[in-house]
Amino acid sequence: MSETSDIEPVRSSAQLYAIAYEIEADAVERYKLLADQMQTHNNDELARIFLDLARAEGLHADEIRRLAGDLGVESKRGPIGSWRTESPESADLNAAHYLMTPRDALQMALAAEERALAFYTGLASAAIDPAVKKLAEDLVEEELEHVELCHRLLRRYPLPSVTPDDDPDPPLASD
Amino acid sequence: MSATAPLTCKPGDYKSDTKPIWCPGCGDYHVLMALTRALAALGLPPEQIAIVSGIGCSSRIPAYTTCYGFHGVHGRSLPVAAGLKIVRPDLTVIVASGDGDGYSIGGNHFMHACRRNVDLTYLVMDNHIYGMTKGQPSPTTEPDFDTALTPGGTGVRPFNPLVVALASGANFVARAYAGNLHETANIIVEAVRHPGFSFIEILSPCITYRPDQRAWKDRVHAAPVTATDEAARAARRLMTDDGFNLGVLYRGNRRPYQPVAAAETCDLVEFEKGFEI
Repeated sequence: MSETSDIEPVRSSAQLYAIAYEIEADAVERYKLLADQMQTHNNDELARIFLDLARAEGLHADEIRRLAGDLGVESKRGPIGSWRTESPESADLNAAHYLMTPRDALQMALAAEERALAFYTGLASAAIDPAVKKLAEDLVEEELEHVELCHRLLRRYPLPSVTPDDDPDPPLASD
Repeated sequence: MSATAPLTCKPGDYKSDTKPIWCPGCGDYHVLMALTRALAALGLPPEQIAIVSGIGCSSRIPAYTTCYGFHGVHGRSLPVAAGLKIVRPDLTVIVASGDGDGYSIGGNHFMHACRRNVDLTYLVMDNHIYGMTKGQPSPTTEPDFDTALTPGGTGVRPFNPLVVALASGANFVARAYAGNLHETANIIVEAVRHPGFSFIEILSPCITYRPDQRAWKDRVHAAPVTATDEAARAARRLMTDDGFNLGVLYRGNRRPYQPVAAAETCDLVEFEKGFEI
């Protein structure tokens, strides 16, 4: 997945706001896509969870946009993205499965939040500009809260008794 | 907005209201996202783009966009697309296929499309399996992929699409991994802008029939060398290719195919005289 070296060094708060907004907006798009996939496959419970995750990321994106003020982070967002591969907080779409459980979805979200946390932690420690450092540290705090929230939510869901490997009706017709 | 202001479309403007019915986790979702982002980056309005496909999971993609679409006959997307581009050179024509549709049923068309070098962009979503028909080996399936239909594997050497494309005259040859969304989108942008026949093999995992392909994300890697415009050098690089090198391999300089201009008017009476006995 992504690495801090995926993008150029962050030199200004404006640049970091733009990156942070892009990360959240990308996460929203992916969770909505996952919700669509689950809805198409009649898994309403998971669709709701992914929509909730999309909503949570959307709120974070709105907050960043508000803090960025007239920097115009939304209008300046490019259609493709700044990352060579993937943005740090992007959910791993290939990890989706028709038998995935709410716990799997939350683990997917946790992994994404932990990548974002590592990304901002790296930025904060490497930042030279005090304003960039402070903003990166604020984003670290935000992501830490999200990681903790995922852990709390995960405790609500016990380990599933069935995994995709235990599919009673496997799709491998030619197996 | 002034009349001369450029039209700006967002990726969402290229997505239709039809929800994809691919399996959750399918790599083709990434390809659709990469394609819509690439089209937005190119700044092309949907009505100036045609997406032509054949048959298979990947070939469903035209219905999921707001561009013009043609969901054609199995393996025959390339001749349809070539015909369209020749009569409507103003359109940007993108062709979508899979490894079964594109390399087996449409394998012959693939070679000749490369040779003709019509200005098309050919996206092949390669998952090394026939997914839509429940998991039969395709031309790119590994020889030891063991199934009930092919006990012990087919034992047949897989088709090498990049070698065939290069040898047949494709003017742009690249490989992408669907999971690297941004990289894939950037390669699509470059392929569309490059004149002539542009071919991108997109490794797009089928997590339902090939769950082992989840490991592709750890196997793919950036090609250690940059693209070349020398076909011989590109061919030598393919000799040591492990199938997971990503990036643009070859950017050629061949002039795209240009049809001989048709007569502006056709006098039917005169035309029919040619058939008189």
